[in-house]
Amino acid sequence: MKYVNEFRDGAIAQRMASEIRRIVTRPWAIMEVCGGQTHSIIRNGIDQLLPEQIELIHGPGCPVCVTPLELIDKALAIASLPNVIFCSFGDMLRVPGSSKDLFRVKSEGGDVRIVYSPLDAVTLARANPDKEVVFFGIGFETTAPPNAMAVSLAKKQGLKNFSVLVSHVLVPPAIEAIMSSPINRVQAFLAAGHVCSVMGYWQYPPLADRFRAPIVITGFEPLDILEGIRRTVTLLEAGEAKVDNAYARVVSFEGNRPAQKILEDVFEVTDRAWRGIGTIPQSGWRLSAAYREFDAEQKFQVSGIETQESALCRAGEVLQGALKPNQCAAFGKECTPRHPLGATMVSSEGACAAYYNYGRFITLEKSAEACPVP
Amino acid sequence: MCLAIPGRVSEIFESHGALMGKVNFGGITKTVCLEYVPDIRVGEYTIVHVGFALNRIDEESARQSLKLFEELGVLHEELGEDEGAPNEIRE
Repeated sequence: MKYVNEFRDGAIAQRMASEIRRIVTRPWAIMEVCGGQTHSIIRNGIDQLLPEQIELIHGPGCPVCVTPLELIDKALAIASLPNVIFCSFGDMLRVPGSSKDLFRVKSEGGDVRIVYSPLDAVTLARANPDKEVVFFGIGFETTAPPNAMAVSLAKKQGLKNFSVLVSHVLVPPAIEAIMSSPINRVQAFLAAGHVCSVMGYWQYPPLADRFRAPIVITGFEPLDILEGIRRTVTLLEAGEAKVDNAYARVVSFEGNRPAQKILEDVFEVTDRAWRGIGTIPQSGWRLSAAYREFDAEQKFQVSGIETQESALCRAGEVLQGALKPNQCAAFGKECTPRHPLGATMVSSEGACAAYYNYGRFITLEKSAEACPVP
Repeated sequence: MCLAIPGRVSEIFESHGALMGKVNFGGITKTVCLEYVPDIRVGEYTIVHVGFALNRIDEESARQSLKLFEELGVLHEELGEDEGAPNEIRE
């Protein structure tokens, strides 16, 4: 496939890793924010290709993982209602709520459907005027424009039986929260390429400057990730807290303006609770006043939700990069993709699922702890 | 979730008030919303996420990246300055 295969060349990957080995002089801790990149790194063994001095810390960029438990429980309650068709991306169906998951709701008779695109949910609403169609609208800035377009089209088409359960999260406030944490070890970031394809990267120079941390916009194929790391290490070694773009074939500084315009119209910024992490101020989007009629939380007043997390699950520490998945006592024992205790073991982007699926049952001990940025 | 796949636009049309198109992903064709890339043309490449084209792929930039990757480390290898064995995978 064009623009995929050529960015997976093994021989070039080896040479790029050699180049990184040549330029690195000391330990560095780099966080890849996006769960898609975590999977690419573990699946392709990129972390094992790198020199020992470089530690990759896996970030919280997995929307399925950080969707708050209370909202999952609300989704379960709404999906259980008669006359509701509940639509979701496939990833969400096995995410454990307090007592069950969406698959269980489906097996109990709930009309739960997996959709490929949010527009499929709009089509379902048009085809089923006597039913309430609810779409579980989660995701980072990459998924927000598709979800916003679904709401916008539903409004244009005058659909009254379509609503969205919204839990959108934003990358820059998460970077800010990670860098401000007293337990932070991250010295630089690989920024999520597809988030930036929508938002551009004009939001990042102030963050790089404030936290003295290089930020490099990075793609998803193995060569893209190695190039992101190479540029990050180059900046770290030079002591330059700059922003660089290693994914220029898809990302521009200003991003996708038509998408940003509709996001401003459909959503407004709000505080958002991140599962396992806690509330991060101004870190999410909810529907703006003009689109409140499409808000499933308003439409279906679900009450009496008492959330209960697994006592064994340490997903919060994994999401903040404080713990590697295989350092958790429940990893691969009580907690597997078949019987997940936390969302990080479910999602195709969760760090725990990546470690489990690609056989990372033992941690590679790093010889040296990364040093703080001077 | 943020997975997005490159494909080639093969058809552009309108449906239910939205700009749509057919995009070919190495032989598989899907219907994709083109509202966010309104000036894209048939034959151009785009990056698609949950049924939406998010951006056009800059083919010149892709060529430059690949050229850079191919050249990386080659000079040092030729001069014998490479410190690590290129095929060694750390245990």
